[in-house]
Amino acid sequence: MCMTCGCGHDDAHVEGVPDPAHDDADGHAHDRAHEHVHDHAHGVDDLGWHTHADGTRHRHAHAHEHPHEHEHAHEDPGADLHFGHGPAGSAAPGMSQSRMVRVERDILAANDAIAERNREGFEKRGIFALNLVSSPGSGKTTLLVRTIERLTGLVPVAVIEGDQQTSFDAERIRATGAPALQINTGKGCHLDAAMIKTALGRLAPPDASVLMIENVGNLVCPAGFDLGEAHKVVVLSVTEGEDKPLKYPDMFHAASLMLLNKVDLLPHLSFDVERCIANARQVHPAIEVIEISATSGEGMSEWLAWIERGARAARAPRLAGERPRLQATRLDVRDHVKEVRS
Amino acid sequence: MHEMALAEGVREIVDEAARSGGARRVAAVRVEIGRLAQVEVEALRFAFEVVKRGSLADSARLEIVEREGSAWCMRCCEPVVIAGCGEPCPKCAHYQLQVTGGDRMRVLEIEIE
Repeated sequence: MCMTCGCGHDDAHVEGVPDPAHDDADGHAHDRAHEHVHDHAHGVDDLGWHTHADGTRHRHAHAHEHPHEHEHAHEDPGADLHFGHGPAGSAAPGMSQSRMVRVERDILAANDAIAERNREGFEKRGIFALNLVSSPGSGKTTLLVRTIERLTGLVPVAVIEGDQQTSFDAERIRATGAPALQINTGKGCHLDAAMIKTALGRLAPPDASVLMIENVGNLVCPAGFDLGEAHKVVVLSVTEGEDKPLKYPDMFHAASLMLLNKVDLLPHLSFDVERCIANARQVHPAIEVIEISATSGEGMSEWLAWIERGARAARAPRLAGERPRLQATRLDVRDHVKEVRS
Repeated sequence: MHEMALAEGVREIVDEAARSGGARRVAAVRVEIGRLAQVEVEALRFAFEVVKRGSLADSARLEIVEREGSAWCMRCCEPVVIAGCGEPCPKCAHYQLQVTGGDRMRVLEIEIE
């Protein structure tokens, strides 16, 4: 990682050996040498590999705190995060060398770490979590109520409702018999992973259930915040205009599925369904689309089948974990049968 | 206005790094923003001016390094630079693109006193 320009490549980095020039889309070459200095704990193995506190592994050809010089081009920074490495040895205009401290931390790292823990919890318990996003008034809650009604008896459903104020939506969900918890974000424009973590502690969705998280009605901010869900599902109603995917591309890029809602109203509107879908695919070529109406029931079976497929897959790792145990039981039974026969 | 939440993230990271570096104050904060990172740079600047008050970064200047968006074009079978989500491949003008970089935001470094 080059601190002079912020560019870099993957975290496998052999110090003391000049990095080879990398292929690179937007690459630039350094035309002068610069230094990297860092500290690390001892515990270096025979080949010089060692692990830093942040989990990064790399090796030095020789020991410890030493500047080195090289000339190379870099690739994208990838996922490596370094922090707390102390004064950096690089030079940058306007910054005094001795007082510069490398940080290199992702601004969303705190959120993403909690989201990852949420996700691990969902996976361990076979919970299929969906993050429903849309603009206000797209019909998310009505769609959710109809969905829960149709899933009753098939799979347990729990709901986390996000709104700036009021618990109207959670009350509507609770009326279906499904457990629901309201999060009020106050001035906040999106749910974040920590809110979901807190909500999970209270709501305690059952194992092997479907968890629907209805985000704050907002097509902008929720796109950037991972909650630990399996998928973002964007709800767009046909009363909104077919150009929304182009106006709010980040959200449609982040979503796996677009529910095109209120299609029962199409005869009364000049909404171009094909163009809307083409717009969504322009932003996200792989996005799935279901045309649906909570009122007429059109498309509901397709949507329910999509959920059941996901829920089944979410439960599968648990089943896979139980498979060896089942096999062992079968072998025991076989042995037992042999014994009885003999 | 999720830039406010992001600015708070910046302040927390900066405060933590400054404290562990034994700083009295932070003079500058350098942040890298990808063009595909769903953030409005001017809104982030404004939000940082608000959230930095009372922290070690109270008088810090914010330097923003923008990083271009990169994607893999499935038609051209090569990496390309794109201006934003929903923008076409600059070579073939199609949209079969998979974002590969420029979608992150990081605090790169801070200058401390």
